[in-house]
Amino acid sequence: MSAPARTPAGAPGHLTGPGSSGGVGTDAARPDGTLKVRGEFAYGSDLWMEDMLWGVTLRSPHPYARIRSVDVGPALAVPGVRAVLTSDDVPGEKVYGLELADQPVLALDVVRYQGEPVALVAADHPETARAAAARIVVDYEVLEPVTDAVTALGHPRWNQVHDGTAEVTELSRESAHLHPEGNLVRHLKVRRGDPSPTADVVVVGEYEVGMQDQAFLGPESGLAVPAEDGGVELYVATQWLHVDQRQICSALGLPPEQVRLTLAGVGGAFGGREDLSMHVHACLLALRTGRPVKMSYNREESFFGHVHRHPATMRYEHGATRDGRLVYVKAQIYFDGGAYASSTPAVVGNGGTMGIGPYVVPNVHVDCYGAYTNNPPCGAMRGFGSVQTAFAYESQMDALAAELGMDAVELRCRNAMEQGSTTPTGQVVDSPAPVVELLRRLEAMPLPEAPAELDLRHMPGGVSNTTHGEGVRRGVGYAVAYKNVAFSEGFDDYSTARVRLEVVGGEPTVTVHTAAAEVGQGLVTVEQQIARTELGVDRVVVHPKDTQVGSAGSTSASRQTYVTGGAVKAACEAVRGRLLERAAGLTGRPAGELRLFDGAVVADGLELPLAEVLGDEAVEETLEWRHRPTEAIDPETGQGFAHVQYAFSAHRAVVDVDTELGLVKVVEMACTQDVGKAINPQAVVGQIQGGTAQGLGLAVMEEILIRDGRVQNPSFTDYLMPTILDVPPMRIEVLEYADPHAPYGLRGVGEAPNISSGPAVLAAIRAATGLPLNRVPVRPEHLTGT
Amino acid sequence: MRFLQPTTWAEALEAKAAHPDAVAVAGGTDVMVAVNFGRLRPAALLDLTRVAELQEWAPDDGTVRLGAGVPYARVISELGDRLPGLAMASRTIGSPQIRNRGTVGGNLATASPAGDAHPALLAADAEVEVASVRGTRRIPVTDFYTGVKRSALADDELIAAVLVTPPSGPQQYSKIGTRNAMVIAVAAFGLALHPDRGAVGTGIGSAAPTPRRATAAEEFLAGELAGAGLWESRAELPAATAARFGELVATAASPIDDVRGTAAYRVHALSVMARRTLTWAWADYRTAQEV
Amino acid sequence: MRLTCTVNGTEQQVDDVWEGESLLYVLRERMGLPGSKNACEQGECGSCTVYLDGVPVCSCLVPAGQAEGCEVGTVEGMATEDSLHPVQQAFLDAGAVQCGFCTPGLLVATDDLLARSLADGGGPPGDEEIREALAGNLCRCTGYEKILDAVKLAASRMAESAR
Repeated sequence: MSAPARTPAGAPGHLTGPGSSGGVGTDAARPDGTLKVRGEFAYGSDLWMEDMLWGVTLRSPHPYARIRSVDVGPALAVPGVRAVLTSDDVPGEKVYGLELADQPVLALDVVRYQGEPVALVAADHPETARAAAARIVVDYEVLEPVTDAVTALGHPRWNQVHDGTAEVTELSRESAHLHPEGNLVRHLKVRRGDPSPTADVVVVGEYEVGMQDQAFLGPESGLAVPAEDGGVELYVATQWLHVDQRQICSALGLPPEQVRLTLAGVGGAFGGREDLSMHVHACLLALRTGRPVKMSYNREESFFGHVHRHPATMRYEHGATRDGRLVYVKAQIYFDGGAYASSTPAVVGNGGTMGIGPYVVPNVHVDCYGAYTNNPPCGAMRGFGSVQTAFAYESQMDALAAELGMDAVELRCRNAMEQGSTTPTGQVVDSPAPVVELLRRLEAMPLPEAPAELDLRHMPGGVSNTTHGEGVRRGVGYAVAYKNVAFSEGFDDYSTARVRLEVVGGEPTVTVHTAAAEVGQGLVTVEQQIARTELGVDRVVVHPKDTQVGSAGSTSASRQTYVTGGAVKAACEAVRGRLLERAAGLTGRPAGELRLFDGAVVADGLELPLAEVLGDEAVEETLEWRHRPTEAIDPETGQGFAHVQYAFSAHRAVVDVDTELGLVKVVEMACTQDVGKAINPQAVVGQIQGGTAQGLGLAVMEEILIRDGRVQNPSFTDYLMPTILDVPPMRIEVLEYADPHAPYGLRGVGEAPNISSGPAVLAAIRAATGLPLNRVPVRPEHLTGT
Repeated sequence: MRFLQPTTWAEALEAKAAHPDAVAVAGGTDVMVAVNFGRLRPAALLDLTRVAELQEWAPDDGTVRLGAGVPYARVISELGDRLPGLAMASRTIGSPQIRNRGTVGGNLATASPAGDAHPALLAADAEVEVASVRGTRRIPVTDFYTGVKRSALADDELIAAVLVTPPSGPQQYSKIGTRNAMVIAVAAFGLALHPDRGAVGTGIGSAAPTPRRATAAEEFLAGELAGAGLWESRAELPAATAARFGELVATAASPIDDVRGTAAYRVHALSVMARRTLTWAWADYRTAQEV
Repeated sequence: MRLTCTVNGTEQQVDDVWEGESLLYVLRERMGLPGSKNACEQGECGSCTVYLDGVPVCSCLVPAGQAEGCEVGTVEGMATEDSLHPVQQAFLDAGAVQCGFCTPGLLVATDDLLARSLADGGGPPGDEEIREALAGNLCRCTGYEKILDAVKLAASRMAESAR
């Protein structure tokens, strides 16, 4: 294996950071924090090398078209252009994918979504590359796109079913197949209890969730450097280095030893970097030109360059007794997966298995579908299939409470899941599930008061001066949600950690090496904290994240603190074991009496500095760590031990709505969440606050608008996400009920608050307006009947 | 692409005459977005930030002559009392960073129907001073907008200034956006009461191919105020009058459905904004008497 | 074209600048100052905020030529070799940094806000004033709460040390 010819300027190095203390349970400082505030932290788009080229992507303007021909000649003729590539230039497998390999590296004979990559250009200056790409001539035969999941599957509309004008006959009238196997990516069934239950009170609702974008601020970027061994080094902002490596190797036809990845600084992810973007493209260009190639999307291209949150169409029927006990829930859930599978199968898995919320229901009948369409591909985004269903099931709980004349929190508490409950998929909840406590604590929090004097910044519409109080009504809403942590359904979910303890410059130093992507959440801090706690050493260095160590799995599914944290803990324990054995040999004391504290081996009457135990040697352990296994669910009933852990959170939202203009001001968000054990309390609260804001955004403003398969708003001008004037003060209570199956008892944190916040906002708007509101984001038109 | 950087107004006009296809740039808040995304590749950029004459405002024969290059931030901090409607509009524009750079001159040059300054300028009967090597002319702002992102500006002309008469009565500005900052108007409305001449000024934004006035609404309200002697009595404004004014403002719009909102919503929102802003303005007018 | 300006107190001169390049591109790609970030390139996120002759602007919207002869201040100029600026320190202490991509722009915007608020013995800004001043800086990670905390922490520390 050869080193790169040069190291890119600013490529990520070892992180030590200023915070040289702080174990598990402390607000230890981020090791990358100082670099970040100095502007010296190297994100993917900051990488630079002498004589590097710029790569750009030519993308399809059509959502569905056959490619008759591609003429790259005019682009090659542009001075300064070094390479122009099409699918013919992909040496290995020409399709890739996270779960199913169905997505072309570069378009083959058909493009299936607007923005699909067709060709690549490398040139000396990005403007040259862009100009050259524009000169590539692609002859398209435009086809009629399939633009919604229900149509794609040939299912009738619910109103047709209701009217008796059509019957549900699965796949009977499916649209033209977008892929050889048809348009169904996955159909998940949950069948529990009586298939034909009846109940005193029944509420039926139909709901829609729009397509949300992760909108991470750091656009997709990376730098590929050709290596002397014929391989390539890729520095890239991503979520899972090894799954990238697997797919890149497949496309390049190279073995893993020749495709070496290092994590560049990541400017947020939220699921949007779980699929490949420019990875293979930059490598192809670098290998072709023999020069480093940088690719960095601009914001518009970013909207086409990553998957989004699945839009969902859902129909729910809840039956309950007069005293508010749920008897049954029936649900049909359609996820629009867009043109390629991405992680749609797993999103369907989550949407279906947890689709009725954290409630105990004896009779459940859920059908959850993921479909191919010609819309942009959808895949992972924080909350992953659970965000969409929570809007539906929590809206249903409110509707049921109204129908029963019962308080909505009371109804939730009467049906709440608890430890020992059985989920609709037959899984016994075997760790704390404090759903009732989360809700009751929220209720007990004081409500915000109305502002004493007129300040436009407190009003719906803000400084745009649309109301001085006219038409404004306040509403309060509650929601609770749960989410699986880590990968489910029998996936072999593990992480690898290499921990090395040695004396450097007279000081005991631990180096933690994992491939777990730090995307902003603070995993690098957690890795240091665990090593400090387990080894009693202050100085912990985080090795650059790369593929020179085994896979850590994905930074997604709220799993890294659990799984990579677990791996680091286990590797530290192994190092500690060896160290104490050695100390036992030196001191003659049994290893069982010895422990590590403050850079020394200690026992009663003994304090032996680590420098004396270690001398010039290092103790190093590398191991894989797995959470307890889950199992595949039964394909006909959905029954099985599908999920290793659940995270629970609840929100209360207070909103002021200008009911006449349909403008919403979120006044306050309150959140309660059980995190098992807060490894870094400050970071935990940061995750809750950030997740809350993203849920709020989906409730009131965030949507990629698609018309006939075309994105209407691929910019931050028209894809609106909350500013600091839109996100209100938050009250947060963190509960710590240990999960006995998890390291330190911790629970994954990141996703749950993203799930419960939006439904709480929706409920509050409903309370303020009295309108049924069955679609998010809520637009002024929905509130004003226009 | 060339980069032209005149330092005097005369040089700027000569440069524009010599390069009529040059695109003038001041704050860059419109031009550079188009350049960054490859939608604009002019033969030349004509930088106006070095032209000192454009960077100032001054009283001018009973009006305020606002140099085309004065950024919104200064309109807010320096002209809140003299040009209240325009200052209120300026506060809704973009972000602090954008307001530090963006200019009323630029807003006019782009002539987007969604430009935030336009409704305030229309309501205040502003004039646009444009110039070329051929000479200087003043265009009533009502006549300035000729189509979607088109204006009465000739190829060899540059915008020198906007002339706005300080108000004799209250002004208001209201804008709909679906977030509380940094948002393009879904619809906007500017209102100016002119008690000195018994007139009413209005401006509608984002609800027609161009910014426009709601003339019928202006005439209706001026007639009602005069007919009932309200200018003099400063008595309470009948709710029905405010409501009717709102309806008439809405009828002046001819909006479209787009990603930011539906036509129906825009019409509705205009009627509400017009009614509310009139209510606030009239309350101000009544209070002003008591002081 | 050639561009000469002063960045963080040091004169910089670069050649072959394309006339359509933004100040942000020149800083990042030609001057080796990638601290200012390229998140939207249309003035809708604030990540590229720099001082241009003392005024915070979106550097993505400044044609590079407009910076000729100007004083530019970026995040790289805030700290000294040995110590962080109080605003930078407060962002760390308050936990206001997650992915950090918005951080450089927020630091400049905050520095400007506090410089104005605290000038001539003025007091720290109130919550709503902070929110309006920072409304041009999008953050996708934090939900802004800890950013608000950081600004208040920096304001109190700076007011204290000015006393």
